[in-house]
Amino acid sequence: MSADVDASKLRKEFGRTKVREMREFRGEHTVVVKLEALKEILVYCHQDLGYDFLLDVSSVDNMGEDPRFEIVYELATTDDRKHLRVKAPVAEDEEVPTAVDLWKTANWHEREVYDMMGLRFTGHPNLKRILMWEGYPYHPLRKEFPLAGKPSEMPDVAFSGVAPLEGGPFVTSAGTDRVGGEPRAKGES
Amino acid sequence: MRVILSLLNVETADTTLSHAAYDSKVEGNIIFTRLDAAINWMRKNSLWPMPMGLACCAIELMATGSSRFDISRFGAEVMRFSPRQADVMIVSGTVTYKMALAVRRIWEQMPEPKWCIAMGACASSGGMYRSYAVLQGIDRLLPVDVYISGCPPRPEALLEGLMKLQRIIEGEKPIEDQIAEIRQAQV
Repeated sequence: MSADVDASKLRKEFGRTKVREMREFRGEHTVVVKLEALKEILVYCHQDLGYDFLLDVSSVDNMGEDPRFEIVYELATTDDRKHLRVKAPVAEDEEVPTAVDLWKTANWHEREVYDMMGLRFTGHPNLKRILMWEGYPYHPLRKEFPLAGKPSEMPDVAFSGVAPLEGGPFVTSAGTDRVGGEPRAKGES
Repeated sequence: MRVILSLLNVETADTTLSHAAYDSKVEGNIIFTRLDAAINWMRKNSLWPMPMGLACCAIELMATGSSRFDISRFGAEVMRFSPRQADVMIVSGTVTYKMALAVRRIWEQMPEPKWCIAMGACASSGGMYRSYAVLQGIDRLLPVDVYISGCPPRPEALLEGLMKLQRIIEGEKPIEDQIAEIRQAQV
């Protein structure tokens, strides 16, 4: 039993409309599924295929594409025999079903995805920010959020500002060639 | 300490000065100095740090406190985890925006006189974290007396910073400052 067998099992069980794509890259197996079928596929992976260990939940912002986001589950077994990646595209107005009832570790992972990317999870027992403070107005890993940050103010709780990316020390300059813009070329390292 | 205290008595009672100076019982136990110098001498040699350890610089801070580098040679080995008992806050590490106001609150809880050392690149300027989550230098929130470069600085660098701070304290005028403060409070 390995992940490629599991992937074809999923395809057989749920069909081409729900399991839309199966990929292999350097021995890593990925299945891309429809968001509507995500929960039942995760349940199947957990109950029938023996994936008792959720390594990570992460998300991707493909800005300009439709659907915009992608949610990624890294499934594994505790004896490390196999590793399966499950992906599902998520549109901006869609919510993702929670996996907390399957793997308890999903609780904090999903809170992080909500905090950083702004995806919401239906059925999550405690969906609030985990890294930034409650009341912070942005989701910093979204593509439209600038690397330098944005100012925000919550008196008595926290504030944030804009980091000087241009002209600061140890910052690669834009507009020049790659080597000339390096901090080393400017005598800063 | 006993020497200094007897000195204070001598200064307040001028008439006893000539007798005390030639009193064989106390002769040799008396040093003449300015009160400012005495206060500064006591302050600079008993700096109790508030270890605001926030990242890897705190590891170097711990090394500085232990026997090989031995910060107690400078009278600063008494790490106080209560800000009310501390004299110098050593901000060692990355100050995130989430932590920033907590650092300032602890600073405000420290009694005067107090000093601040920004240890390492992060505490001084945000360091390599040019990002939405990191305060770009603790001096945006509280006054810093000594900045120490390094990522993280070696314990020797921290000791050098501490000695720089001692030199700063040597130059202060505690009595004048206190009088000015009292006058200002009366106005």
